[in-house]
Amino acid sequence: MTVAAHGYAPAASDRWRRLALAFSDSRNLLGLVFMLPAAALLIVFLAYPLGLGLWLGFTDANLGSTGRFTGIANYLSLAGDPVYWLSVSNTILYTVIASAAKFFLGLWLALLLNQNVPFKAFVRAIVLLPWIVPTVLSAIAFWWIYDTQFSVITWALKGLGLIDGSIDFLGNGTNARISVIVANVWRGIPFVAISLLAGLQTIPGSLYEAATLDGASSYQRFRYITLPMLTPIIAVVMTFSVLFTFTDFQLIYVLTRGGPVNTTHLMATLAFQRAIPGGRLGEGAALASSMIPFLVAAVMFSYYGLQRRKWQQGTRD
Amino acid sequence: MASVEISRVTKAFGATQVIHGVDVAIEDGEFVVLVGPSGCGKSTLLRMVAGLEQITGGEISIGGRVVNDLPPKERDIAMVFQNYALYPHMTVRDNMAFSMKLRGASSAEIDKRVGDAADILGLKPYLDRFPRQLSGGQRQRVAMGRAIVRDPQVFLFDEPLSNLDAKLRVQMRTEIKALHQRLKTTSIYVTHDQVEAMTMADRIVVMHDGIVEQAGAPLDLYDRPANQFVAGFIGSPAMNFIPGRIDRGGAVAVVADGGLRLPLAADAGGEHGQKVIYGVRPEHLGLGPGFEAVVQVVEPTGADTFVFCDAAGVRICANVEERQGFAPGGRIALAPRLDMVHLFDAESGRALPRRN
Ligand SMILES: Nc1ncnc2c1ncn2[C@@H]1O[C@H](COP(=O)(O)OP(=O)(O)OP(=O)(O)O)[C@@H](O)[C@H]1O
Ligand SMILES: [Mg+2]
Repeated sequence: MTVAAHGYAPAASDRWRRLALAFSDSRNLLGLVFMLPAAALLIVFLAYPLGLGLWLGFTDANLGSTGRFTGIANYLSLAGDPVYWLSVSNTILYTVIASAAKFFLGLWLALLLNQNVPFKAFVRAIVLLPWIVPTVLSAIAFWWIYDTQFSVITWALKGLGLIDGSIDFLGNGTNARISVIVANVWRGIPFVAISLLAGLQTIPGSLYEAATLDGASSYQRFRYITLPMLTPIIAVVMTFSVLFTFTDFQLIYVLTRGGPVNTTHLMATLAFQRAIPGGRLGEGAALASSMIPFLVAAVMFSYYGLQRRKWQQGTRD
Repeated sequence: MASVEISRVTKAFGATQVIHGVDVAIEDGEFVVLVGPSGCGKSTLLRMVAGLEQITGGEISIGGRVVNDLPPKERDIAMVFQNYALYPHMTVRDNMAFSMKLRGASSAEIDKRVGDAADILGLKPYLDRFPRQLSGGQRQRVAMGRAIVRDPQVFLFDEPLSNLDAKLRVQMRTEIKALHQRLKTTSIYVTHDQVEAMTMADRIVVMHDGIVEQAGAPLDLYDRPANQFVAGFIGSPAMNFIPGRIDRGGAVAVVADGGLRLPLAADAGGEHGQKVIYGVRPEHLGLGPGFEAVVQVVEPTGADTFVFCDAAGVRICANVEERQGFAPGGRIALAPRLDMVHLFDAESGRALPRRN
């Protein structure tokens, strides 16, 4: 950057060479250049929509007009809207139960897969299946499974003589809630199980041998070796799992569209319904924006509460 | 403290047998070193004593009790692993206290035992650190501390020093030996380093391909190796081996393949014409009338001068006291100490006993 300070005019090619040199010498500048494409992508596809969404939340925009700034009117009306609060409590219930189930089942599956099961690779591939299949596809599969007339579950239970009538999986509130949670758990387990399995495999076998010689039972080995060594990975995996679950949209949209009578509406599906089919963009945007504090809270909890352990950081005192 | 009896023990992983009937009797309070080349089954044998591997055949007893079907925790043994296997999420104190906590010992007792062990090993300043905040040598000590706190019947060590640098290894070697002299706990120590074996052991067990080649006191193995394998394994630099035939016409000697006559003591064993291996250690070769060799490489180390030369087409090494006068290509006369020359049958590799 000192090219101009020399007091004489160097030949054009010379100047360019110096510029190029100074440029490649400056790590920061170079770093910035390499970052630009990614930053551009982030800005165009993430920051811009997010900003637009936040802005729309403060307007009365609808499908026909760009709308005027209305302050927090949308938020005030949501605060007095029982359907909104129902969707909030649905979302929390859905997230808590589904995440807990995914955690315990995923951990159990990971522990199982970590042992010497026959056809290990094959079993692991099977476990990954629900994760590979596009959500909408698996949602449609579940839609069939939950169909009032053609449900395989009803069929099987009838065949076994356990029930007489059909089960109305998606017809009443409680059943519908259970059904969508089961579908979500089914879909989310592979991610948890495979990530935790990867974590389990980083624990050296000699630790278990040492613990065995120290007199630990298999439960004690799990409690005092596996669990603490796995905590950092559990924290990361569960943060992601909670975020995915909290913002879930596709499963619900395909299976119930929030029904019956809003009992399975999540914040994401309700926001979509208000904004697009309902045409009230401003209100939908405000509803969607109101998810942000929950998500931030979840991330903070995991980041500060669980993720980093002193024994990992290796700081010397 | 207890004796350990290993009798006719075999081990197979699936179809491959790796231990072929091993017998070792270890007395109460003895420090026994299992030594042998990589893959000979030392770790496997040790892990069978610990209960980490199933015993395929034979019997292992500790303190007179057969432990074949006893789970590790009931065998009352402690093991120091090669990678230490310290619990990374526990402090040094908790690492050492873990076994006692599991046993439900009172915190006063735990504090006392951990404190004592930390005193012995000089770990007092590090009790609240995590393993990754320690140097390699300190970690090694914690691993030993974890074993000491247990006050077990038997200590098992699987190459505990191989992750340390050469200097620290020598230091820890001495410390472990001093520790054993103090605690007098029966110890089985696995290593592939014969120097470690020689310096630490009350008794050495040399293993090779899943069998015991020879067991005995370090100097016994050095002076009277039972076969060519043990002779070549114990001692550094390794013993020189020159193949040839015994000639009892005139002065007893071994005639090497090129016609070179290697002198023997009058009471040397073996028949006239028998094919043998002539073995002599570098430190038992000096300058003097004996046989001729051509100097190839000279390595002065200060205290010793190693002269590598060619004798009857075989590269041999002599450790001589003289410092100069060796030019590559020059001829020198080497005199073996006749009482330290070993003869091995060329077929079986077994040592030929002296006549008397
Ligand atoms: N779990 C196993 N399955 C199959 N073979 C094994 C197993 N563990 C060890 N072996 C085989 O058993 C033999 C002995 O192994 P071991 O670990 O006891 O050797 P070692 O003497 O300790 O060698 P090193 O000095 O390299 O540690 C080796 O040939 C090894 O390949
Ligand atoms: Mg080994």
